Amino acid sequence: MKFIKNSGLLICIAGFAFFVGSIFIGDHNVTPEKFNDWVNSKGIKSEIFIKNAEQEIVGKTFSSIQLSSTIIELAEKSTQEHQDNIQLWQNSGGQDEKINEEWSKVIWTSWSSTHKDFTYPLLQATINSPVKENQWLAFFLTFGLAIIGGLLYIIPDFILLGPAGIKNNKLFQHSATNRGWGGIVTAVFFVVFYFLLYFFPDLIINPILTTNKISLSLSGNPASQWFMYGLIYCSVMTVFAVKMYIKYRHNLYQIIRTTVVLFFQVAFAFLIPELLVRFNQPWYDFKNAWPLNYTFFFDWNINSLLNSGHLGMFMLVWGIVLTVIVVPVMVYFLGKRWYCSWVCGCGGLAETLGDPYRHLSNKSLKAWKFERYIIHLVLLFAVVMTGATLYSYFSGATSILGIDTYSIQSWYGFWIGSIFAGVIGTGFYPILGNRAWCRFGCPLAAYLGLVQRFKSRFRITTNGGQCISCGNCSTYCEMGIDVRSYAQKGQNIVRSSCVGCGVCSAVCPRGVLKLENAPEDGRIIDNPILVGKDEIKLQV
Amino acid sequence: MEHIVIIGNGVSGITTARHIRKNSDKRITVISGETDHFFSRTALMYVYMGHMKFEHTKPYEDWFWKKNRIDLVRGFVQKINPDNKTLELTGGDSIGYDKLVLAVGSKPNKFGWPGQDLDAVQGLYSYQDLESMEKYSPSTKRAVIVGGGLIGVEMAEMFLSRGIDVTFLVREDRFWGGVLPKQEGELISRHIKKHHVDLRFNTELQEILADENGRARAIITKEGEEIECQFVGLTAGVSPNIDFIKNGKIETNRGILVNEFLETNVPDIYALGDCAEFHQHPTGRRNLEQVWYTGRMMGETLAQTICDNKTPYRPGMWFNSAKFFDIEYQTYGWVYSELKSNENEFYWEHENGEICLHLVFDKTSNALLGINTFGIRMRHEVCEKWITTGKDMNHIMEHLKDANFDPEFYKQYENQIVNQYNQQNGTTLKAKKRDWKRIFVKN
Ligand SMILES: Cc1cc2nc3c(=O)[nH]c(=O)nc-3n(C[C@H](O)[C@H](O)[C@H](O)COP(=O)(O)OP(=O)(O)OC[C@H]3O[C@@H](n4cnc5c(N)ncnc54)[C@H](O)[C@@H]3O)c2cc1C
Ligand code: SF4
Ligand code: SF4
Repeated sequence: MKFIKNSGLLICIAGFAFFVGSIFIGDHNVTPEKFNDWVNSKGIKSEIFIKNAEQEIVGKTFSSIQLSSTIIELAEKSTQEHQDNIQLWQNSGGQDEKINEEWSKVIWTSWSSTHKDFTYPLLQATINSPVKENQWLAFFLTFGLAIIGGLLYIIPDFILLGPAGIKNNKLFQHSATNRGWGGIVTAVFFVVFYFLLYFFPDLIINPILTTNKISLSLSGNPASQWFMYGLIYCSVMTVFAVKMYIKYRHNLYQIIRTTVVLFFQVAFAFLIPELLVRFNQPWYDFKNAWPLNYTFFFDWNINSLLNSGHLGMFMLVWGIVLTVIVVPVMVYFLGKRWYCSWVCGCGGLAETLGDPYRHLSNKSLKAWKFERYIIHLVLLFAVVMTGATLYSYFSGATSILGIDTYSIQSWYGFWIGSIFAGVIGTGFYPILGNRAWCRFGCPLAAYLGLVQRFKSRFRITTNGGQCISCGNCSTYCEMGIDVRSYAQKGQNIVRSSCVGCGVCSAVCPRGVLKLENAPEDGRIIDNPILVGKDEIKLQV
Repeated sequence: MEHIVIIGNGVSGITTARHIRKNSDKRITVISGETDHFFSRTALMYVYMGHMKFEHTKPYEDWFWKKNRIDLVRGFVQKINPDNKTLELTGGDSIGYDKLVLAVGSKPNKFGWPGQDLDAVQGLYSYQDLESMEKYSPSTKRAVIVGGGLIGVEMAEMFLSRGIDVTFLVREDRFWGGVLPKQEGELISRHIKKHHVDLRFNTELQEILADENGRARAIITKEGEEIECQFVGLTAGVSPNIDFIKNGKIETNRGILVNEFLETNVPDIYALGDCAEFHQHPTGRRNLEQVWYTGRMMGETLAQTICDNKTPYRPGMWFNSAKFFDIEYQTYGWVYSELKSNENEFYWEHENGEICLHLVFDKTSNALLGINTFGIRMRHEVCEKWITTGKDMNHIMEHLKDANFDPEFYKQYENQIVNQYNQQNGTTLKAKKRDWKRIFVKN
């Protein structure tokens, strides 16, 4: 068993090594046709750039990094010249027309968008590599090995961990799960991955290509970095769901919850949208509710839905109904868990890949205070941004109160959508625990939380006086809720942040906690004196 | 301002302190020789097994004490002088008090076995015990645990988590035989064996042998068998930790003797928790009850008395819970290891042999007296209502689903249980659907 486990680990590492290694192989040969296609598709007007690029790039062979940085260098150089011209003409009182034309030639660059928007298409079109030649083989050597190895590593636990039950042995003694070097290495790997994915997809063309065949067979389009990410997401969740199944095989709540959240990810966030694209419909994730789905009301999205006939119209209406009616009504009956740990993709990853890190959440009162400020600020920001977007959409004005709507959107998209949700939220799993985004940043969680706190049947019932204050519940609460502080006082846990993962109840060695939906009456218990004390009951 | 001094920062002492603070402005000092801050003794095993760090066992953050004006003193009290109301600490400091609360807890029993004071021979009670288990573990291949009770099984689980083999000596013919009825004792014994513990019944410790460095190297049983080991766990119960109090003015027996107000014979001195023994338990339970809950409830009660709301201790129905490896256990009311003459029983066990429900009821009235449940969580309030209001077995069977406290989607066994009851008693009862109104109705 041990042998199978260790071989699994090696195979899995090999898969990752191929995946990462593929970044460094192959080269780019920029033919004149491909170059022209790219120039046209990007609408590049700078003759300076085009001329220089034709000299320096076309017909030559580069590595990805060389090509990408050369293009950006040339772009910056041309931009400099155009700006100098503009300066010159402005000083000499030149004609506006000419100046405007010159402005349109400027190629704006920034590290966070140029790679993904500007250089990526050219690099993608020009790659020559063994991966490109052998896409199925490449898929097997990367995804295939990683998945097979991962499963071989995980499945022996069925025997190795002994009879079914809570097995958290050594979590706080192992470097990978206790912020040791193992955890730090993992975090660095995650963070680098997210930076490449979000901001430098032009440097990971080969990894993206490993998923190309799958993409072609699903949507008919070549794989993008987002397709690759979706496939990674689903694969990782599936492998770690198997881990959950083994770890919690005695706990049907966990098994069903894991299955459902995995289903929603694979079907709703991955397969259905890709198939929609195949049938020329908009890419649409039916479960992704605003304001987590912050681009829902962006003009390009609304327009695309409006241009997609009945189905598009339905999607638009459904998106609104989901947020305005479905979400709060379901939270009333079931608690926010129905979304956060049963449906949501972020939650799904946190509950599978993130499960080994759940105990790293910060339980201090300080963290709770910080949480309440920041998450509601993000919600407020999301609402304001969407308000401004809709205002611009209907009024046609591009700015509101002097602030450009587009820059609000890109600020949010960069800081909240990418850095907070991705880099910090997932990248820092091994440091901050698995729900840092859900707890501190997700505007939808904030909205659901308000409903859950003030109008819901959901609570975690504390079983009378049975709590021994051991602290397992608080330690394993991924949301950093100090569950024990309620349980030891005999109070029910009614907290806006609780995602109803059910793990506090699972790890409690005394059977003290039960997640349940019951009448609102008596949901919140304030009586600090416990059962078994007849005499003091009068005196609260 | 009245100065309340509490010796012991366990659950009893701390609950008292917290509730005094809730109800008054009195000056509060808590003295402990064990740790700076209150921690949960019950979680020591989880620290060893790596489920938690020590900091997670502390129910309150470290700033809590200052904010609530509870002064903490780290030190050992070696003498109490009731005449001038002072305490002497080792090291020479002395502390005065107006009222003194003794919450000094217990210590593991040692029954005079030869070799019981060798290195790597110890119980599991204090933080220091945990540290020394850590110290000896890397050089331990096999541990022998003496005494089949709750702490023994925890220790076994701890060692197994580190790949250390365990031999477990139990005096009775089944695990925890003095407390559990035969059926449950056998169920748990099977489970312990399933975890590859070398469990020996009807076996007692004779002596512990030392190696050349004064560390345990083997034990000899009463039958004369020698078992090689590098660690001996003594878990044959605990007794009040009152050596420094004995032979003073404060009256003691096994524990510090108290009345129903938790007052000792000396005015302004109180005792509670593991170290307190009732002359006569106010509600007829055992005079010495060394569990977490009683310490907590006594603390809540005593704080009232100290804050001038004199309140007798009324713990209500007995309850307790534990976990044996993977099987949770809860008990409500009284299920004794042997039926009493007025008692009858109903026992259901799942075919997997790891889940059971044991009900004890009065022979004549059929009123429920006690519940043992293994592998099924039950709702405390509902069980308490049944037992304190003397509901009869027919009522229990019909409303069994109200008491289920297992997580959602768990398989439920009430129908099976009621079927078996019907078969055995010729009744035709049906388990009613769970009803929130019945469960949450206040009475
Ligand atoms: C491993 C383990 C598991 C347990 N599990 C459970 C369980 O699951 N359920 C349950 O109900 N109970 C359990 N118990 C029992 C429960 O922990 C005790 O009943 C409870 O902790 C007693 O609390 P206390 O405050 O009375 O005493 P303690 O917690 O023992 O506190 C007494 C404190 O006083 C200090 N002290 C003593 N003398 C002096 C002195 N002279 N000067 C200064 N300080 C002094 C001691 O060092 C200690 O810190 C368990 C006990 C152990 C050891
Ligand atoms: S895990 Fe259970 S017993 Fe332990 S502190 Fe939490 S509620 Fe109490
Ligand atoms: S309180 Fe319990 S159910 Fe809620 S998030 Fe924390 S661990 Fe999960």
